[in-house]
Amino acid sequence: MEINATLLGQAITFAILILFTMKFVWPPLNNMMEERAKRIADGLAAAEKGRHELAAAKSKIEEELRHVQLRATEIMGNAERRSDQIINEAKNCAIKETEKIHNAAMAQIEQEVTRSKEQLRMQVSDLVIKCAQQILKVEINQERHEAILASIKSEL
Amino acid sequence: MSSTTEYIVHHLTHNNVLISGKSGGFWSIHMDTFSMSLLLGFVYLFIFTLLARRAKVENPGKLQLFFELILDMVSQQVKDVYSGGKSKVIVPLALTIFCWIFLMNLMDLLPVDLINFSNNMIGTPGAKWRAVPSADVNATFAMSLSVLILIIGYGIKAKGLGHWLYELISAPFGIYALPINLIFQLLELVTKPISLSLRLFGNMYAGELIFILIALLPWHSQWLLGVPWAIFHILIITLQAFIFMVLTIVYLSMATQKH
Repeated sequence: MEINATLLGQAITFAILILFTMKFVWPPLNNMMEERAKRIADGLAAAEKGRHELAAAKSKIEEELRHVQLRATEIMGNAERRSDQIINEAKNCAIKETEKIHNAAMAQIEQEVTRSKEQLRMQVSDLVIKCAQQILKVEINQERHEAILASIKSEL
Repeated sequence: MSSTTEYIVHHLTHNNVLISGKSGGFWSIHMDTFSMSLLLGFVYLFIFTLLARRAKVENPGKLQLFFELILDMVSQQVKDVYSGGKSKVIVPLALTIFCWIFLMNLMDLLPVDLINFSNNMIGTPGAKWRAVPSADVNATFAMSLSVLILIIGYGIKAKGLGHWLYELISAPFGIYALPINLIFQLLELVTKPISLSLRLFGNMYAGELIFILIALLPWHSQWLLGVPWAIFHILIITLQAFIFMVLTIVYLSMATQKH
């Protein structure tokens, strides 16, 4: 166990090794490992962010879907109401038209009846007069009973 | 018996090169410790520089992942233990300490006679060459004294020179117990590097010694002790490197905390 100048040589070697490590070994390796740690952390953060975004998008889609369903129901309701309305309108229209046609037909029938009655009355009165003429051939003076005949005619 | 002693002494003697002065003085250098640790330091730098150059953020290879495991372990230790805020030095320091000490300790797992064998091969038979730099107090003290300088530097940087000096004489008993405080503080400062270096040195030296003793057994029964000790030693060399690193971080963290 003797101490000699080896100590100085060893100390110098030691100092050189430390300085070299400080300059050329540790900084690049440390940078590399920090860079990797940062990349990993970034990757994890990105994954986490992606997961959050996915969840947000999912909930947004759900909301949108709900909204769309609501809207669809509303549109369906509207359409039903509208179709009901159209049907009702058409029905009313048809009823009115029917009434009009019916009324017109009734009026025509009435007119026809009146005309037929008039014709019939004329024919009956002519027939009555003819009959009366036949019965009263001799006794009835055409000129004398003209007034009576006219009144009978109008009464028929 | 003398050959046994010779064998052990040979294995525990450094390759000593005199720089100046007489033998046994300070100005000599252990060529084996110095060159082995330098070589291992370059191995460490080579591997990690290559790694730093080729590191990819995406699709890292298996080798990169393995070294990232070490880096992660070291930086996690610093994060958990060090409370002195951000520092550019501390993680590289801890990484260097862990890897360098681990590699130096790893030399303990080389067969103890491999060096002699290769000495014979390259034509320098009998040359002394200890392969484990961390079983040399010079190597461990060099590191722990460097750490001591960093401890003092960090303390002054975190507290300011005035406050650091004031704490040296006023903690823990208050300014009126000045001499006791100073002794305590200096003791605390000095024991840190000593315990750091001697712990590592002791473990590695003892490990090496036991490998040498095992090598004295007859060749057919060496594996009985050698294999369990080597397996156990894998744990020890890693653990010692780890302990040195963690204690360095702890000491530096303590240095930045105010009393």
